[in-house]
Amino acid sequence: MDTVRQIRFVWKPLVFVACLLPFALVAGDLFGITGSLGANPVEEILDRFGNWGLRFVMIALAVTPLRKLTGWNWVQRFRRMLGLFAFFYVLMHFLTWFVLDQGMLMAAIVEDLVERPFITLGFAALLLLTALAVTSPLAVRRRMGRRWQTLHYSVYAVGILGVWHYWWQVKSDFREPLVYAVILVLLLGFRLWDRRKRVARRVTAHAAGHYRLSDS
Amino acid sequence: MLIRKPSDIRSSEITSESNYVNRRTFMRGAGAIAGATLAPGTFAATVPVEHGATVPDVRKSELSTDETPNSWEDITTYNNYYEFGTGKSDPVRNAQDFEPRPWTITVDGEAEITGTFDFDDFIKPFDAEERIYRMRCVEAWSMVIPWVGISLADVVKRFKPTSKAKYVAFETLEDRKRMPGQRFRSLDWPYREGLTIAEATHPLSILAIGLYGKVLPNQNGAPLRLVVPWKYGFKGIKGIVRMRFTESMPATSWNMAAPHEYGFYANVNPAVDHPRWSQARERRIGAGLFAQKIPTLPFNGYGDQVAALYAGLDLRKNY
Repeated sequence: MDTVRQIRFVWKPLVFVACLLPFALVAGDLFGITGSLGANPVEEILDRFGNWGLRFVMIALAVTPLRKLTGWNWVQRFRRMLGLFAFFYVLMHFLTWFVLDQGMLMAAIVEDLVERPFITLGFAALLLLTALAVTSPLAVRRRMGRRWQTLHYSVYAVGILGVWHYWWQVKSDFREPLVYAVILVLLLGFRLWDRRKRVARRVTAHAAGHYRLSDS
Repeated sequence: MLIRKPSDIRSSEITSESNYVNRRTFMRGAGAIAGATLAPGTFAATVPVEHGATVPDVRKSELSTDETPNSWEDITTYNNYYEFGTGKSDPVRNAQDFEPRPWTITVDGEAEITGTFDFDDFIKPFDAEERIYRMRCVEAWSMVIPWVGISLADVVKRFKPTSKAKYVAFETLEDRKRMPGQRFRSLDWPYREGLTIAEATHPLSILAIGLYGKVLPNQNGAPLRLVVPWKYGFKGIKGIVRMRFTESMPATSWNMAAPHEYGFYANVNPAVDHPRWSQARERRIGAGLFAQKIPTLPFNGYGDQVAALYAGLDLRKNY
């Protein structure tokens, strides 16, 4: 089996199942098979899905830096799936809030969305992720042309909104959101650094070209 | 059983005549003497040292709610006690090896009787009562908890606060070896809380020494914690080692950490939201996955008893 086929038929299914484990664990704990969700199961489910949503945003954002730093081009093939899992867990987080926490009381939901800035931020991140998920199929990507890339840059905003959303609802222990913030700064910082390097290289190449032209 | 005495009476006379708290009777090993001075028909509160042991002679109270209490499991595994970690399940894990003995409580400030008292002697002069109270956390969840406690009003009166005393301030133990959560500065240690004298002497206010008729578990604030059922849970300071009578409003931990979010009074109030979330409804722990939140009541449903304490006070400003 060549590498492309091996990724497609072996590694991708394996990674897919691995990505579902946090969800399976919530289900297992819910039914008391793998453990328990504790005294406040709604809060526990909400926290777990929220955490995994943020983690998958970070994991998806780590793909490109990893590829560029290691030269492992095959990791790129997992990027869409990892991004879709970020959407999946954030959506589950939202649905848990909507159905279990708020009990689908529209008045309370609208009030929270409008009046609680951290909820507004989280909801904005969900809307952006939805747009990214909907435009993720290859056919859509082809049809969108250059606009696809422009739209998908908004995943950076999703990262910032997600960490901010988490940070803002913590009472006093900022250690965990701080860890996410540091990781996000590294992931986005890498892109800035990489971009400057590429621009510098282009400028150098351009200057060198001029030199040769004038030389001839 | 509490007899008011003029303040010019000598302390030696108080000792022999009444059951007012006196430093000498509080001395370690003097428990038998303290017991002998109690008026007949009252219980001397005692708490066994062993975890899970039954607190003897607990009286029922008419101040208890008839709502069904949460399970022992819920009450002892879902705790906010940052001295043992900031996660809800941290305290039950990190407080297991905590030894709440020997334990002393220092009483100082604007009171006639001050000093450092051994825990067993501190609680001995009072009756142990079961008080089943609602507990509303500022995080918008609630429980019903069958505390065993002693009346804070009785405690306060025993130390004879002077006319200058307007507030009672409490402090938790500060010992990062025994309280691992204090190694991280999630709050400005030690934890501090306070009440006005009127709040502290309200019949609903208690110092809890037990839960479900048993010794208070470490994660719930052993050996001694405050319970003020009409206020948000964070007012219920745990592991108390100091009680100070003050003239001015004492600094309190959550107010110090975020003054625009947590006030000194912290009365449960559905009309005043936390800046980041609604306080209109609460999740009753143990109600099940699909249970709706229930409406939060002013003063956590104790308004009939306590609203008069705040007559003329703007509760929006004094949150």
